Amino acid sequence: MTEDLKNIAGESNQKKTGINRRDILKGLIGVPVLGVFAYGWLHKQKLDEAAKKSIHETISLDISNRLDGKVVSQDRQIRLGIIGTGGRGRYLLKAAGFLSPKTLKIYHEEASKNKMDKRYAEFLAQPDLNIVVNGICDIYDVNAKKGQAAAANITREYDETKVGQPPKRYKNYKELLAATDIDAVIIATPDHWHGPMTNEAARAGKHVYCEKPMTWTVAETYEVVKAVTESGIIFQLGHQNRQTESYFKAKEAIEKGFLGKVNLVEVTTNRNTPEGAWVYKIDAEANQNNIDWQQFLGPAPNHEFSLERFFRWRCWWDYSTGLSGDLFTHDYDAMNQILGLGIPHSAVASGGIYFFKDGRTVPDVLQMAFEYPDRDLTLLYSASQASEKSRGRLIMGNDAWMTIDNNLDIYADPASVRYKEKIEAGIIDPAVPIYSYNPGRKQVDAITSPTEKYFAGRGLLYTYRDGQRVDPSHLHIKDWLDGIRSNTQPMCNIHRGFEEAMTAHMGTIAYRENRKTFWDKEKQVIV
Amino acid sequence: MNYSKSQLFWLVTLRVLIGWHFLFEGVVKVVNPNWSSIGYLMDSGGFMAGFFQGMAANQSTLQVIDFINIWGLIAIGLGLILGSFTRIATIAGILLLSLYYFSHPPFPGIKYAMPMEGSYLIVNKILIEMVALAVVFLFPTSREFGLDKFICRKQNKKVE
Repeated sequence: MTEDLKNIAGESNQKKTGINRRDILKGLIGVPVLGVFAYGWLHKQKLDEAAKKSIHETISLDISNRLDGKVVSQDRQIRLGIIGTGGRGRYLLKAAGFLSPKTLKIYHEEASKNKMDKRYAEFLAQPDLNIVVNGICDIYDVNAKKGQAAAANITREYDETKVGQPPKRYKNYKELLAATDIDAVIIATPDHWHGPMTNEAARAGKHVYCEKPMTWTVAETYEVVKAVTESGIIFQLGHQNRQTESYFKAKEAIEKGFLGKVNLVEVTTNRNTPEGAWVYKIDAEANQNNIDWQQFLGPAPNHEFSLERFFRWRCWWDYSTGLSGDLFTHDYDAMNQILGLGIPHSAVASGGIYFFKDGRTVPDVLQMAFEYPDRDLTLLYSASQASEKSRGRLIMGNDAWMTIDNNLDIYADPASVRYKEKIEAGIIDPAVPIYSYNPGRKQVDAITSPTEKYFAGRGLLYTYRDGQRVDPSHLHIKDWLDGIRSNTQPMCNIHRGFEEAMTAHMGTIAYRENRKTFWDKEKQVIV
Repeated sequence: MNYSKSQLFWLVTLRVLIGWHFLFEGVVKVVNPNWSSIGYLMDSGGFMAGFFQGMAANQSTLQVIDFINIWGLIAIGLGLILGSFTRIATIAGILLLSLYYFSHPPFPGIKYAMPMEGSYLIVNKILIEMVALAVVFLFPTSREFGLDKFICRKQNKKVE
């Protein structure tokens, strides 16, 4: 009876409003779920924030954005000459703002076919450095013409009719160095010419941007330093890594003691292609008539004309500095930049020609160990040119270790004393970086997700500066030009060059003479 | 529709749990100022990879995509949990999931830089969630258990 009455009352109520209390509860079923969601989320947020804060307290993460400190007026135009317009020379021309219409046209076409190909837009976006190329020197006619075509393109057009006059081509670098309409030179020749040309350029009062390594022999290293310092020219060694953003962060992190005491630094080369091993393509059109072989030889021992030696000169000690000068110097300079290593106390080396038995004299597998007893650390270099297993760059301290490429990651060491309490409390996980820096990101994050780390590590994210993808070689040339304009030292100056050259030579001598080499600090000589 | 009590219970549970998943994926992206879909889009594979990578290539498109993605996930999540505008939320959810699926289809021979947390061949959890949403769409519960009870009152009456 009461049941019926209730039903009747309910029905009549429902008829009036269409909704009863039961319906309201049913309709709002999601609300308590949202409540649980909000509670769970807030709780998780609190835990994450506490963990982050705790890590922040342990290591101060406000690593500054120390980049281009100086702002230099670009008003004064600088007149350039370039010696060596092969692959690397033309790359530097591009970084300086000059690309041949032919190449630019290809970039343009590729960009319209593939949206991902941004070379065209990036080249156009590259800031104008207010320079003009007045002279080109290459001993191979084909490369000289290519260099002229690039340097003539002052309008950055891909239409060949719209470019300017090609700069003068000099057949001998001495003539280019004597030219009065050239203030500064870029040297991008084989290694055996770096020293003599820098030396003569400095004596002629030209500022120099020279490709690495600085020198081919120990003796000429002193001459170069003397010529550069005495002439007062602005010298920049072509280690563009000096501009890599993550290295500034790495330096600061180490100075702040995040890693504890650093005792081992490992750098590696891992290549497994003929190009990687310097077996470059030989131009079909190249011959004795369009290559000045005698000028190529220069300070090198005499040898009959050889296209193989001309195009693959890195494979012979006669012109090359091998792995130590060509590839190790990149890593050495990066570590010198980050750790301020200077010249090591001693070096040992071993290796051999184990894979590319093509008549070369330089090894394709090389291990070198450099000792820094004053710093209590060893710098280890290991190179294979027959395996691409990426071994990266590693700086190991007793509290944490750091990996660096374009990105930077610091991992706490499981046995660290400094981070012991945080590790035990579960706040720091040794498997997750305590500090991670990806230049493509908007800001620094305490912990990045494994996924993000993965993307960055695979190079799927770009390197930006002020939101733009930038070529470090462009920044490195700009740094040199800024130095010329403001009469200040660029980032990889002659002193850094001296350290780079001597360190590389110590490794090379240790390998070639099969002995341990030492650096006599007082006499400044290798013994 | 006439469902048994247990059918109704499991259908509502399915709807709410999927909603929860969407909502949380949305809010974690809101609170992370560094989040962007660029990495995911760039890593796309399969026959639609070019389409997705093209989206990532354009900075302004990317911003729009990031915005739609974040707030789309949140709106769909709320819709499913609260049972409001559930039909639209369900369709939008299926669309979004199909985009995720076709950007990283687990087809034989396609490799991704992004690590997968399980082992998949053609069928992955995205596809299953997508089909589950289709079930939620075809077996609606929000007019009984959800705000749609009030939102769709007029429609409800018409149906009656």
